[in-house]
Amino acid sequence: MTQETTMPLWKQDGAKPFIQIKNVTKKFGEFTAVDNVSLDIYENELFCLLGGSGSGKSTLLRILAGFEDLTSGQVLIDGVDMANIEPWNRPINMMFQSYALFPHMTVAKNIAFGLKRDKVPKKEINERVDEMLTMMQIEAFADRKPDQLSGGQRQRVALARSLIKRPKLLLLDEPLGALDKKLREETQFELVNIQDKLGVTFVVVTHDQEEAMTLATRIGVMGNGVITQVDEPRDVYEYPSSRFVAEFVGSINLFEGRIYEDEVEHVKIKSKEAGCNFFVNHGISCAPNQKVTVAVRPEKMKVTRRKPDQEYNCLHGQIIDIAYMGNLSIFRVKLESGIIVRVTLPNLVRENRNPLTWDDFVYLAWDDDSSVVLTS
Amino acid sequence: MSKVTGTFWLGRYDTVKTRFSSLKKIRWGRYAVISVPSLWLALFFFIPFLVVFKISLAESAIAVPPYTDMFSWNIEEAIIDVKIKLGNYLYLFEDSFYLDAYLSSVKIAAVSTFFTLIIGFPMAYYIASKTGSMRTLLLTLVILPFWTSFLLRVYAWMGFLKKNGIVNEFLQGIGLIDQPIQMLQTDFAVYIGIVYTYLPFMILPLYTTLEKLDGSLIEAAKDLGAGPIRTFFLITLPMSMPGILAGCLLVFIPAVGEFVIPALLGASDTLMIGRVLWDEFFQNRDWPMASAVATMMLLILVVPIMFLRNGKKEGTE
Repeated sequence: MTQETTMPLWKQDGAKPFIQIKNVTKKFGEFTAVDNVSLDIYENELFCLLGGSGSGKSTLLRILAGFEDLTSGQVLIDGVDMANIEPWNRPINMMFQSYALFPHMTVAKNIAFGLKRDKVPKKEINERVDEMLTMMQIEAFADRKPDQLSGGQRQRVALARSLIKRPKLLLLDEPLGALDKKLREETQFELVNIQDKLGVTFVVVTHDQEEAMTLATRIGVMGNGVITQVDEPRDVYEYPSSRFVAEFVGSINLFEGRIYEDEVEHVKIKSKEAGCNFFVNHGISCAPNQKVTVAVRPEKMKVTRRKPDQEYNCLHGQIIDIAYMGNLSIFRVKLESGIIVRVTLPNLVRENRNPLTWDDFVYLAWDDDSSVVLTS
Repeated sequence: MSKVTGTFWLGRYDTVKTRFSSLKKIRWGRYAVISVPSLWLALFFFIPFLVVFKISLAESAIAVPPYTDMFSWNIEEAIIDVKIKLGNYLYLFEDSFYLDAYLSSVKIAAVSTFFTLIIGFPMAYYIASKTGSMRTLLLTLVILPFWTSFLLRVYAWMGFLKKNGIVNEFLQGIGLIDQPIQMLQTDFAVYIGIVYTYLPFMILPLYTTLEKLDGSLIEAAKDLGAGPIRTFFLITLPMSMPGILAGCLLVFIPAVGEFVIPALLGASDTLMIGRVLWDEFFQNRDWPMASAVATMMLLILVVPIMFLRNGKKEGTE
């Protein structure tokens, strides 16, 4: 296999996007919900729009579904401008956050609803509904009404109903939001499998970064109506492009500093609040003496009682808080400058003979390539 | 280990016990709350109805009150004579006048209910689609007519509909008609009067169900390929059925027994059971016959209500 065929579409030059969102703005009165967003989503992607409440992610999804008119901009799906196409004529289906199952219809009738509207022959409807019921493992509930189902079962019915028309694009609004943690984890993987099997393009809206990480081929991080970063999950986590993304996705420690040595191969940063100098083993484009933020993820730090043998990237402080989470422990370490650093350590052994405890003085150190320098 | 489970069960037992005792308390509270309206209904509805029913089994007489007693006592021989006359009810069926009156009442009430539904539904839908102060304003406008006396409003309609009334003058003014149309003292005026008077009773229950209707259901239907008209008939209409039923009952039942509107707006030959009742009581002073008419009207109304209630129960299952 050549490199070209295995490379995902969004990395290929000249690949045709399936959804093109061009300079889309949506205002509700004075409030700008979506602010000049441009985004390309490719076929077979499982794209996650990640953001807090009020970030505009749901509005963007509703724009794709056709429930909101644009203030300005353009949306193309499969090359067709969606401007004057009503929701019921779009090759799109949506799974609603509340599931929006019709309470006066049985599960089977709910699922068949979309096919009936398309005047599909009765025999084919029955076959396809049966097939879908089997795939979602809800055959036993076919004749029940939605209020006789559990949350997880309802979620499956909603998914089945939105997939039955074999849409080119499925929009999912917080698809796992109403499920409990265990069920959510199981369903996450199932969603990915279904998407893979059916070859439908998924656009998922979620506020849960863990959910976005497990589901997505790419994540678009949204805040204040703007998409701040679009990348693969790993890149969003390891190489956040801005302070907003770094803070929103996972937890992170941020240190203000000033660049004092700027080479092509590396930069050195002086930080008063960290009480040490940072060494970053790649160049960054910046002005001399520029103020920057150095970001380090809590799990990237090593914790030792003895001073490690490194000149840079080494903090010293006192443990003020410990949280035992089972698989890992979270330490909060107070530096001399007063700022608090968060560190996580995996609990590798069951009993530690000499565990780190409250008030211990520790050194926190990380590798030259573990930190991210944020200029915005 | 066993000790732990022991305490566990003890704990469970305790909660079960307290739960039962609180249940008992709640029951007493329930009875107390229900007793007031029950007493009210018994005192002012059920007992008067029994009195009316009793009178309907008596014979008309020139006396005060103008009917014969049901029981007569013969103390010496210790005999209680019970006299029950079923003739009033038989007469209801013998004279087609009464049957016609019933049928005509039901017809007028049904047609009026239909039109209140047709007019009330869009209004309720529009109010439910509004938010905040606009919604409050519209709801107030719906209820506002109640602040004026009902009789006054019916008289106002007489002013509108009479030969030289506003409607006729307007139609003549724009040259649509040459001669004034006879609108007052027709069935048409009765329909207008009933629809106008009872419209709020249709709008309010419809509004309550439509207001609760989840907007995402409408969106889901559209998303699955149903246009606005299909969405209305497949989702909105069935989902608002409880409101439609409640509204129709609230309009239909009082409309069947309506007296004032047909008396003031209707023609002399507009047959409605309310007028027949009035005539029996006050013109003919035949209280037993009037009571029989009233009892029969109640039966006619209760049967469809029971039917609807059963249908509703099946619907929810």
